Amino acid sequence: MSDRQIFGGEHEHTVSVLVYNKPGVLRKIAGLFSRRGFNISSITVGDGKDPGLSRLTIVVTGDDKVIEQIQKQLYKVVEVVKVSPIDPKHRVEREMALVKVRLDGGEKIELLQLVEIFRGKIIDVSNEGVIVEITGATSKVEAFIKLLASSHKIIEIARTGKVAMNRWESSYNGEGS
Amino acid sequence: MLFEALLHEKVDTIFGIPGGAIISVYDELCDYQDKIRFFLFRHEQGATHAADGYARSTGKPGVVLVTSGPGATNTVTAIATAYMDSVPLVVITGQVPTSMIGTDAFQEADVTGITMPITKHNHLVTSIEELPRVIKEAFHLATTGRPGPVLIDLPKDVQIAEGEFNYPNDIDIPSYRPTTRGHPKQIKKAMELLKNSKKPLVIVGGGANLSGTMDLVNAFIDKFGIPVVHTLMGHGVNPRDERLYFGGIGMHGTVYGNYAVTHSDLLIALGVRFSDRILGNPKKFAPGARIVHVDIDPAEIGKNVRVDVPIVGDLKSVLKEFLNFDFETDFSEWVKELQGVKERFPLGYRKGKYIKPQYVVEKASELFPDDTVVVADVGQNQMWVAQFYRFKHPRSFLCSGGLGTMGFALPAGIGAKIGNPNREVLVIAGDGGFQMNIQELMTINRYKLPVKVIILDNNALGMVRQWQQLFFKCRYSATLLDDNPDFAGIARVVGINARRVEKPEEVDAALEELANSKSPTLLHVLVDPRENVLPMVPSGGNLAEPLTDAPLDSGIVEKIRGGSDE
Repeated sequence: MSDRQIFGGEHEHTVSVLVYNKPGVLRKIAGLFSRRGFNISSITVGDGKDPGLSRLTIVVTGDDKVIEQIQKQLYKVVEVVKVSPIDPKHRVEREMALVKVRLDGGEKIELLQLVEIFRGKIIDVSNEGVIVEITGATSKVEAFIKLLASSHKIIEIARTGKVAMNRWESSYNGEGS
Repeated sequence: MLFEALLHEKVDTIFGIPGGAIISVYDELCDYQDKIRFFLFRHEQGATHAADGYARSTGKPGVVLVTSGPGATNTVTAIATAYMDSVPLVVITGQVPTSMIGTDAFQEADVTGITMPITKHNHLVTSIEELPRVIKEAFHLATTGRPGPVLIDLPKDVQIAEGEFNYPNDIDIPSYRPTTRGHPKQIKKAMELLKNSKKPLVIVGGGANLSGTMDLVNAFIDKFGIPVVHTLMGHGVNPRDERLYFGGIGMHGTVYGNYAVTHSDLLIALGVRFSDRILGNPKKFAPGARIVHVDIDPAEIGKNVRVDVPIVGDLKSVLKEFLNFDFETDFSEWVKELQGVKERFPLGYRKGKYIKPQYVVEKASELFPDDTVVVADVGQNQMWVAQFYRFKHPRSFLCSGGLGTMGFALPAGIGAKIGNPNREVLVIAGDGGFQMNIQELMTINRYKLPVKVIILDNNALGMVRQWQQLFFKCRYSATLLDDNPDFAGIARVVGINARRVEKPEEVDAALEELANSKSPTLLHVLVDPRENVLPMVPSGGNLAEPLTDAPLDSGIVEKIRGGSDE
């Protein structure tokens, strides 16, 4: 997915941030975003390649100037090792969602078909309903949820937020972990 | 162990107040009295501002030692002040024992959380083993790159824990490596622009003071004959050729300084951050100029104004590179143009029946030695000092520029005196701000520090009153302090020489007495309460359209002094 145009010069932009896994780091970064008035669409955290380092994937909205400031301000946080913008043209991105759906009767087949088409999985079943796992680009996850909502009763959704990585062929490459 | 580490960092002066969660550290302090001078203040904000004044005037980091909870939160305003002006501080706060963190224990506060956005870095120490490294890193972070305050939160159990003391010699924080050398290609580009410029202008910012490079700045200006202006924090620039000096710029800058910015074709900005007080309306700022911006902090470049040539680096190294270039320049036409504007619109004020604050500042500037450290508070007094005191040395004008913290001057002046026993220190404050940390008069007396203090008393929170006069139809909402005490009387009670000055004809003698005094002395000067700071570019206005005159509102005199002005 290329960076989504919102309006004017504003667009969605993904940055991957490598940080020392120390107490308070996430708070520092979240605090930085709110203090500077940057808009976070999603943020994910997890271990990276090296022990002691974590990788954050942050999706932010703003114009080019804001995006530049975000990168510079992130570097000022002492625990931040590397800020890597994610190439809008050459990247892979994934997000996972768990969706709890109520089943009252005849729509089971329809649901199974939908899950099949989107290559999702049913990971929990009961008399009342199911939980579906769906993985893919954000746009795919959103399309699935939209379709599902039009025909079924969704009880609960939990999304991971996006993780992303530059493709081998991307010119943005050049960092490890 | 803490003090051993501090000695390794060559700390010989500490500011603070003890308390329950830092009591064992203070106990240990008894054993270091011959190596470390400790100064007790009457409020943690005062102690922290003092450390700030010490740091600004000496260039060495200021060290603060306070207790947990309220002790720590009392430092917050002063830490934020230092953060906005990039002043190196190391603030050590006591904390409840690690086992009690999170239980809402007595005098517990989430100090690292609270100070996160106002420190360059902070750290909650969780074991004695990491303490030496944390201290080493704190001083490294506070003093290198773009300086700033660093806070170390030290739980009580860690304070008393025993451990082997191994102080690291070197430091390596892979995620923190400030760029110090400017990019040669950009430097060359900047100098090409200078070569082809007809109307270049150097803007000197606080970075020149912080990095100790004012001499190089002066040399650069002199070598190429470039006119120079400065921001509030850039005071102290002093080219050999006085004709190149065009004063301050921004909201209360000189007409000619702001004219120079507006008509320049090339701005060379050295260690400035282009704050809103400098820019006015950013869209109308320097419309005809290319901008070369040199700063150690890449995040400042392009943040508030468009920049044509960004140079990230230490001013010292960049200026040395600039000075390696040799070419002929002749900007005499441009200097002549600016001199013409300066003659037409000089800084000035009208004399009258009341003491004019501007005159007091001007006269003090004449009487005090050139290397005096002048500490202004915030508001009208600060702007009058900025306009009418001529600073010829770096680190000689201190004030809260970014945060605009009233109450800064008195404690910061004390810190400056502690750091510069051989220089005069002159505190110039307004009546409003002076009362915000007035308790530190006791500190002056406790240590018999010969700090000189002038209170410009206009019976008002003057800058706000000025805005109310100009923009809110003279409705003086909560700004008139017609019940001010006799400050000279208060000072005398505390043990400080003091004199109250009410008439213009008394001013010269009183100032001479102040300048010649060898002991702490305070002058309480009743100044014209109607006086405004002019010129003024209203917030967000165009630098090319300053307000140069405004009527004095004589109604104020009656309201607060109980008499007419005739």
